[in-house]
Amino acid sequence: MADALILDKPRSPRRPAARRSNFELYSWLFMRISGLALIILVLGHLLIMNILDGGVHRINWGFVAGRWASPFWQFWDLAMLWLAEIHGGNGLRTIIDDYARKDSTRFWLKMVLYVSMVLILAVGTMVIFTFDPEMPAT
Amino acid sequence: MSTTASTAAEPAAGASDRAGASRRRGSFYRGDPGMWSWVLHRITGVLTFFFLFVHVLDTALVRVSPNTYDQVIETYKTPLVNLLEVGLVGAVLFHALNGLRVMLVDFWSKGPKYQKTMLWVIGVVWVVVMVPGAFFMLKRTVEMLFGGA
Repeated sequence: MADALILDKPRSPRRPAARRSNFELYSWLFMRISGLALIILVLGHLLIMNILDGGVHRINWGFVAGRWASPFWQFWDLAMLWLAEIHGGNGLRTIIDDYARKDSTRFWLKMVLYVSMVLILAVGTMVIFTFDPEMPAT
Repeated sequence: MSTTASTAAEPAAGASDRAGASRRRGSFYRGDPGMWSWVLHRITGVLTFFFLFVHVLDTALVRVSPNTYDQVIETYKTPLVNLLEVGLVGAVLFHALNGLRVMLVDFWSKGPKYQKTMLWVIGVVWVVVMVPGAFFMLKRTVEMLFGGA
């Protein structure tokens, strides 16, 4: 590998001594830990829902009811919802920080992002916990 | 530059020629396949996040009524959405495989050395999984559109 990627070390001989918080470190670590879990959760979900045994064509309300009759799949979906939403939201936060040029743009894009994350987590969690298998058809 | 990690024998270039010299030494990131994997990682991640938004809301219809949910899911069983579905699975699979590669680059001592090799490996794994995957996902649509004899 003669052309292996070799990156220069940072030019600065010393880095700032004190950092205000380790938030970005934990965010970086969370992306890797949640990513590892999501590989199992999401690829398993896609395999079952989209590929095996006719995929999407066999999905309807009764199919969902059958799966959520089991606490195992309820927990699977709940874990997947929270990890995927926070993993994806944190990824988008990084992207907004990278590309937004004005502080006001950055602020408002993040507000939209955080509101959408709270909405999705609240709706998704509520649906998993309050699903009613006896619900009438209409 | 005494601080560079480069092992190249090439003599240090003047400050004005730093970028060019870095590129020749292979220490410049721009244009490397690693950069394109990073671009793809971002694009697939953003697309998947937007899909997740829609997907949680469509699944929430199970709390509205069984008929409402079934009506919306029926629209997912059409040829166009079926094609988008293959795209989604392909995007998520790339993001998952490249995420593993990123973790190996970060945590495995030989990761940075083999980053390009690992990129080709995940490319091969992606194709090997997507060919049968796309076959099973598109099977019914193809039969419906072109008729099973």
